[in-house]
Amino acid sequence: MKYLPTIGLETHVQLNTRTKIWCGCKVDSSAEPNTHVCPVCMGYPGSLPVLNAEAVRKTVQTGLLLGCKIGLRSKHDRKSYFYPDMPKNYQITQYDEPLCLGGSLDIEVNGVKKTVHINRIHLEEDVGKSTHLRGTSGVDYNRAGTPLMEIVTEADMHSEDEAFAYLTALKRILQYGGVSHCNLEQGNIRCDVNISVAEVGSKTLGTKAEIKNMNTFRGVHRAAAYEIKRQIRAVETGTPLVQETRRWEDDQGMTTSMRSKEDAHDYRYFPDPDLAVITLTEAQVDAWRADLPELPEAKRLRFVEELGLPEYDAGVLVADVEVADYFEAVCASANGNAKSASNWVMTEVMRVLSERGQGASELNVSADALGKLILLVDKKVLNNSKAKEVFAVLLEEGGDPDAIVKDKGWAQVSDSSALESFVNQVIEENPSVVEDYRGGKGAALQFLMGQVMRLSKGKANPKMVLELLKERLA
Amino acid sequence: MDSGLQMADGGLASKSIRELQALMESGACTSRDIVEAVAAQIEAVDGDIHAYLEVNKEAALMDADAADARRAAGEKGPLLGIPVAIKDLLNVKGQSCRCASKILEGFTSPYDATSVAKLREAGAIPFGRVNMDEFAMGASTEHSAFGVTRNPWNLDHVSGGSSGGSAAAVAAHTAIVSLGSDTGGSVRQPASFCGCVGLKPSYGRVSRFGLTAFASSLDQVGVLSKSVADAADTLSVIAGHDPRDTTSDPAAVPDYAAALGEDLRGMKIGVAEEFFGEGVDPEVAASVRAAIDQCVSLGAEVVPVSFPHLKYAVSIYYILAPAEASANLSRFDGIRYGNRVEAEDPVSLMCKTRDAHFGDEVKRRILLGTYVLSSGYYDAYYVKALKARALIKQDFDRVFEQCDVLMSPVAPTTAYKVGAGAQDPMALYLGDICTIPSNLSGGCGLSVPCGLSEAGLPIGLQILGPAFAEERILRAGHAYEKARGAFEMGQ
Repeated sequence: MKYLPTIGLETHVQLNTRTKIWCGCKVDSSAEPNTHVCPVCMGYPGSLPVLNAEAVRKTVQTGLLLGCKIGLRSKHDRKSYFYPDMPKNYQITQYDEPLCLGGSLDIEVNGVKKTVHINRIHLEEDVGKSTHLRGTSGVDYNRAGTPLMEIVTEADMHSEDEAFAYLTALKRILQYGGVSHCNLEQGNIRCDVNISVAEVGSKTLGTKAEIKNMNTFRGVHRAAAYEIKRQIRAVETGTPLVQETRRWEDDQGMTTSMRSKEDAHDYRYFPDPDLAVITLTEAQVDAWRADLPELPEAKRLRFVEELGLPEYDAGVLVADVEVADYFEAVCASANGNAKSASNWVMTEVMRVLSERGQGASELNVSADALGKLILLVDKKVLNNSKAKEVFAVLLEEGGDPDAIVKDKGWAQVSDSSALESFVNQVIEENPSVVEDYRGGKGAALQFLMGQVMRLSKGKANPKMVLELLKERLA
Repeated sequence: MDSGLQMADGGLASKSIRELQALMESGACTSRDIVEAVAAQIEAVDGDIHAYLEVNKEAALMDADAADARRAAGEKGPLLGIPVAIKDLLNVKGQSCRCASKILEGFTSPYDATSVAKLREAGAIPFGRVNMDEFAMGASTEHSAFGVTRNPWNLDHVSGGSSGGSAAAVAAHTAIVSLGSDTGGSVRQPASFCGCVGLKPSYGRVSRFGLTAFASSLDQVGVLSKSVADAADTLSVIAGHDPRDTTSDPAAVPDYAAALGEDLRGMKIGVAEEFFGEGVDPEVAASVRAAIDQCVSLGAEVVPVSFPHLKYAVSIYYILAPAEASANLSRFDGIRYGNRVEAEDPVSLMCKTRDAHFGDEVKRRILLGTYVLSSGYYDAYYVKALKARALIKQDFDRVFEQCDVLMSPVAPTTAYKVGAGAQDPMALYLGDICTIPSNLSGGCGLSVPCGLSEAGLPIGLQILGPAFAEERILRAGHAYEKARGAFEMGQ
């Protein structure tokens, strides 16, 4: 008997707005606990929420990027449950009239393309962060009131690989949209995984379990794989499954039960009377649509068609929006030499980023400096190997390529009389190699080239050296 | 005076805002004198009445000196130098804000409510915190965790509620004017019971920021005062749009004082017999009808109207208000502020704190609200009540096509004896029938004293208007009040 797992994801994404969703407190999870709080986000008596318009824009733009229908009328509701990290003991969320409905995201797993449908995106508030200390508990409310988007998929995925691919693709869109910092370590993206298993061909889904609050994609993959196996084993052995909420125990590599459906909360949703209904106009939505950033696929096509990059290069560069932006800036500074810019970014830059675990925006070689470096090569002021040395200096010390070249005296020697004397010296000092070359050993020429470069301290114009050598040895 | 209350100072404390402004302007008294006089009156009579939970005399005197300095510098203003008693659910920075509940003992407000900030800006002085039913749930101020507030006209009787402290203080001249809040009649009914003026502005007219929420879609900050003109002056200070309350209305604030006049020519007064139905004390009905007749003599015309859905108002209210309250009061859990019962884990800490420190009436309403919002009951109660609320609004819309204001009793009875309502909460709930509709519709309402019962207890005339028609109800109330003449205890 074969089983088909079915997976749906609810992904919570912290928006990167400057301030919180209901008050003017700064969003800053790295600050000292309870330093970015006020009567509103602490749930003090008499305080009232005022909706952050930026959070609405970013949620709607995410919806547009995912092809959602935008609700021109939407509202906020209260979801009641008691927990110390929730200042009001109700969460303001959107129950039945969310900002975005429908939509989809294309993914690819092992070369097979498929579409994951989005059910809805709603805008809500994040809660505080509980810490359990020895013998006591503490809550940091800095996070409380951070705007949170919940992106809910249909139950469209059928393997842990598809869930992983969906999250990866979603993260890329969110980064491209500039709506979230997408830093998983800081909990910017967290998700709940709904999983059930049914016999292949069955018209109904099996009993589902929801794994709560996953904060790594790798964890989702492992947890889903475990849960699928657990449920199949249960079905095969005739063990009844209960609808329940489960927790992923990362170190043990297993899920455990948190609570069953019978103990599920009755959230008692009702419209929040403190907040007006949100009404958007078509014109507003159109303006936000016009303001959308370019998506990876469109960017890839443009790199190929307008910049003349090979498909491969374009694909590599657009995978990360920061890298793509950096590349475009380098290209502009290098007077549009796209291929050289691409070569530099794909090799030196991406190597350094991966070694250092940095994003392109954090690199201390500015795109402008790298573009200038490329120009120096184009103008034959530098050869490639010296250019890499300049890059290394830029990486360690920063600065301006022109100044570095000048300072270090690294400008390429293209003066033919100087080069001739190097060539003559090398021919005189290596008679046997010269014999080998004349006897037909092509590789001998490379050795002689190397000797000339050594004498010139790497500054000789390699092209001219090659021509001179050939001329003299002919 | 039946109560045997002694007036420590028949002078300043018994005067209206307008009289005091004239005295201060002429140099006959200072703001400091007024605060001293009010404090002395509190000292003299509040032991019997218990309108005050806290009196911050030293801070108030400093504020009074600042107001006197502003006046000396040439500033003028309707509330400059006037002390205002604050209902215990409005936040005043640095003061307690217990909402007459044990659960907020030890809490100090870190901020001013917008209405309080506007008072300060105008040079008024927040002076003292006055008693109320716990979290504004009740109509007698017997549900305060800190003791009942008694009616200055007869200490055996209740002051009404939930703004009972506000009303009793104004009536006993222990306050010049007071801020209260009105969710289902909580300003108008105690005003009626204590023989003072009570104004409930339209929903959205005064910012709710800093007003501890009972039922957010119904709550409105209101004024209790000695005269309609004083209520108009106070409203002109506290009204207006507040960016921190998205339910506050952006409409400009009219000159309420300019709307006051002494005749009612051309005004159409709607009278709906439903408001004089079963349960309305004949003495109350007769007094209110006499007041309406007096308005007619001032040039108004009576238009009979109908209000067919009035009978549902109380049911609607006691579904919607507790529903909203059940969520609004969830935040009082002992975690971040207020009173706490320690326990082995945070969730039991919250449960034990709420169990120990909420009073019975609050618990009753939280349970009621939790029930009507529960899955399986939501549509039958909450959604149905919302639909019925729209019918009440329709009744008002139709009525106000036919008339300018609607007049009725404020409450079916005069103030009852302390303890009399405890046995029958349903009867108490029904006492709100005349006041609730205007909270459900978002309109404005005014309570003006219109007579005394045989037992010597005040009766109130209710004047209702559509949303943002405060000028109309103030004009009607002011003209009637002038025609009626003085209304003082002991006369």
